[in-house]
Amino acid sequence: MNVRELISVMAPEALLSAMLVLLLLIKIFSDKIRTSKVLLMTSAFFLAAAVAMLFLLPQGSVFGGMFAVTPLIGIEKAILLFATFMISLQAFEWLSSYKNYVEFYMLLISILLGMFIMISSGHFLTFYLGLEMATIPLAALSAFDLEKPRSGEAGMKLILSSAFSSGILLMGISFMYGTCGSLYFDDVKAMFTGSTLQMAGFVFLVTGFAFKISVVPFHLWTADVYEGSPVAVTAFLSVVSKGAAVFIFLGALYKVFGSIAATWTYVLAILAVATMVVGNLFAIRQQNIKRFLAFSSITQAGYILIGIASGTLQGTASVVYFILVYLFSNLSAFTVVSIVSDRTGKENISDYNGLYQSNPRLSVAMMLALFSLAGIPPTAGFFGKWFLLAAGMSTGMMTLILIAAINLVISLYYYLKVVRAMFVDKNEEPLQNIRSGNAARLALVICSAAIILTGFFSFVYQYIYSFSNGVQ
Amino acid sequence: MNLNILLLIPLLTLAALFAVRDAVKVRWISFAGMSIQLVVSIVLLFAYLGYRGIGISTPLLFESVYSWYPSWNIHYHTGVDGIAVAMILLTSVVMVSGVLISWNIQSQVKEFYILLILLGLGAYGFFIANDLFSMFLFFELAVIPKYLLIAIWGSGKKEFNAMKLVLILMFGSSLVLAGILGTYYQTTIVGGNASWDLMTIGALQIPLAAQQVLFPLLFIGFAVLSAMFPFHTWAPDGHSSAPTAGSMFLAGISMKLGGYGCLRVATYLFPEAARFYSPYIIVLATIGIFYGAFVTLRQKDIKMMNAYSSVSHCGFVLLGIGMLTQTAMTGAVLQMVSHGVMTALFFGVIGMVYERTHTRMSDELGGLLKVMPFIGTCFILAGLTSLGLPGLSGFVAEMTVFVGAWQVNEFFYRVATVLACMSIVVTAVYILRASGFAMMGPVKNPAYNTLPDATWNEKLAAVILIVPIVLIGTTPFWLSEMVSSSAGIWMSKLLTSLP
Repeated sequence: MNVRELISVMAPEALLSAMLVLLLLIKIFSDKIRTSKVLLMTSAFFLAAAVAMLFLLPQGSVFGGMFAVTPLIGIEKAILLFATFMISLQAFEWLSSYKNYVEFYMLLISILLGMFIMISSGHFLTFYLGLEMATIPLAALSAFDLEKPRSGEAGMKLILSSAFSSGILLMGISFMYGTCGSLYFDDVKAMFTGSTLQMAGFVFLVTGFAFKISVVPFHLWTADVYEGSPVAVTAFLSVVSKGAAVFIFLGALYKVFGSIAATWTYVLAILAVATMVVGNLFAIRQQNIKRFLAFSSITQAGYILIGIASGTLQGTASVVYFILVYLFSNLSAFTVVSIVSDRTGKENISDYNGLYQSNPRLSVAMMLALFSLAGIPPTAGFFGKWFLLAAGMSTGMMTLILIAAINLVISLYYYLKVVRAMFVDKNEEPLQNIRSGNAARLALVICSAAIILTGFFSFVYQYIYSFSNGVQ
Repeated sequence: MNLNILLLIPLLTLAALFAVRDAVKVRWISFAGMSIQLVVSIVLLFAYLGYRGIGISTPLLFESVYSWYPSWNIHYHTGVDGIAVAMILLTSVVMVSGVLISWNIQSQVKEFYILLILLGLGAYGFFIANDLFSMFLFFELAVIPKYLLIAIWGSGKKEFNAMKLVLILMFGSSLVLAGILGTYYQTTIVGGNASWDLMTIGALQIPLAAQQVLFPLLFIGFAVLSAMFPFHTWAPDGHSSAPTAGSMFLAGISMKLGGYGCLRVATYLFPEAARFYSPYIIVLATIGIFYGAFVTLRQKDIKMMNAYSSVSHCGFVLLGIGMLTQTAMTGAVLQMVSHGVMTALFFGVIGMVYERTHTRMSDELGGLLKVMPFIGTCFILAGLTSLGLPGLSGFVAEMTVFVGAWQVNEFFYRVATVLACMSIVVTAVYILRASGFAMMGPVKNPAYNTLPDATWNEKLAAVILIVPIVLIGTTPFWLSEMVSSSAGIWMSKLLTSLP
């Protein structure tokens, strides 16, 4: 391992670390630098890093295989970076009036750094290291709104449930070490015989992952944390954090536990059904738009599990593709929520009544986002869902696909309820016409365009597909 | 000719609509776009007949295939046969008159027309598509805008009814989705290679066990749109709340998407299962025909009446498909076209009456023929088509269905056919009674004496719909020949699969 190899393989991590140091310096001189300049620079950095990732796509392994990247992981990192860029656009206004904005970015970047290490790990130790690096700043970020008690509560809930799930994960990892004598993914894979102790360890591992992806029955923290956190953090939690957890779950299952694919296919199918049904049923009753989106994102995790359950090349590609599509749809919805919440402080679905009359553009963007989440053509969400279900079909479980399809109708019901609030319902005192900031507007334009166009241009999927692989 | 022009014109119309603000411009642009579309559809008809005339007998004409998602083997495949051409013509006719009928809409004109044309776009796409992926994409596109159309511009319990309609229709489409994915899975097993293409899958021998699972999913899923009993409850509620053009689209085109899907996808791909399930389809169709007719008898609201009678009439479509003979299938398609045009006219006229009198109760109306001769005549004409008067399209269609149904020489099918025939008597009762109450007799409400007759746009809309009714009624051969030869290709597959 020479320095050049180290830098080429760990380029994104190196970039993020450099940015972190730069932000530290900026913090020292923050009195003399205009806020908007820093915000612009950091946003631009995320975008540039995401684009650079797509061109570099590093490949190779360092630290004796503890840190190994493939082009697919490069794409995943680019997706996460791009999502962070969108969140940074969406939070632009909120941050520019916030005195601790540099800390926000520092926390954001350290989370990203942790996630990157996590998804490119080839060893359970680096995996755990990355996971914790991501989790602790995440809790700090949740508690970032210092004036709101709910935000603090959200942070506390997140750190407690994360600690609990990390504990379970560690338990699983220690079982693996106990039976295999090594923590390298390759060694565990080679030594995996499916003995009782190993299966117990496997169950603990899956439970730990399920916590992070907020799969039912490990989802209870989600709604409270989403509701309490600042909108930008909620968006980050629902897209980036969940996305990274899905990526590593996918990687670990396919890379390490490929030999018991027949077993975890069923496990995932059952979890997927529970997640879709419970997420849907709870989403119907929500009044708060953030809680509503929280349950909707739980439901989406159910569909993602179907894609993972397939264990095929198409499964990998469709899951990564779906996360990309989900990024656009969910962030678009959250951008509207953050604009409305920033200007009016209102976060209930009933506050959106008659929004189309006063804010037609916001409403249309929101509608597109919701339709994309519901999987209605011609939005990108339709293509994403279709591919997930088609990949899941390779398991041959017709019932699973039927349940998923019927759940799509249930979810349509509550997405339409929000659409109805905006377009149909009358409001005594509608929200005033909101002039959103340029950055947020840019975020909405990018997301809406992507929602409409991504599906029709197949090269996005084909590009991801060309680097994907199934169970090894 | 490239069929994508049928998508391009609505798309360009939509783009133009986005660009303008003025309500007058919006109306004229929509009218222009849909008129061009009608002309293109007629050109398509003649081109199709011309190609068939010189002896080209491939199942599909004007085919084009574009690779879309190579890794899934998804191709965007367009092409039409006689059935699709008939459906495209129907869609164009109903769309133009729908645009004309909605001329008086005052609130959010632009949004209304955008949604209406979006629906049309979905229908055109569905009829020209020949791969399951694009078909499903357009199929759902032709459902969702209905929600907003009904919930915003509707009347009565519009929010509830719009939600009910969309959820039931989407339930159907979720069954279709599961069915399509299951079919795709079968192609990977049987054919060794994933395929979504109707023609390719049609050539595969899918085992009967799999067919028996997939056929009901696809058939019921599509038949929900055709208001098959017991999934018909969305139809009366949805129609009664929908704005006039919405009802016209819903009954005239959208219900036909269902019948077309049953025929084109379910029956074509799984002929053995179709044979297996045929008695069940017949039972449900007959119940629908009979039940729909008797419920219609009790309706005082003329829009509800037409909505329930649509359930009854669409039963004939399913009956024709379920009989699995070439003549009955031709009849089913003729019935789709005939009912589509007839019901659009009926809903259009009912809309005109309601706009003037602000009531749809047949006993509150009366003598309207004297006050509004044009509207009254159209009302009675639509009614007569509905009850199957010879010389109008309804007779041709129902006659063909019955003749085709009679060809099945089994007691059970005979009974169903006789029962279905008898429902026509009930149809005559409710149609004549409604016409009598609403149009004949003395003018019940003196305020009605001053009501104006149809305006130019309403007249034009009605005439555009009456022309095909009379044309099919008097000279049905061009249409039935065209449909029948395509149904023959369907049938040959059905016959070769006989045990």
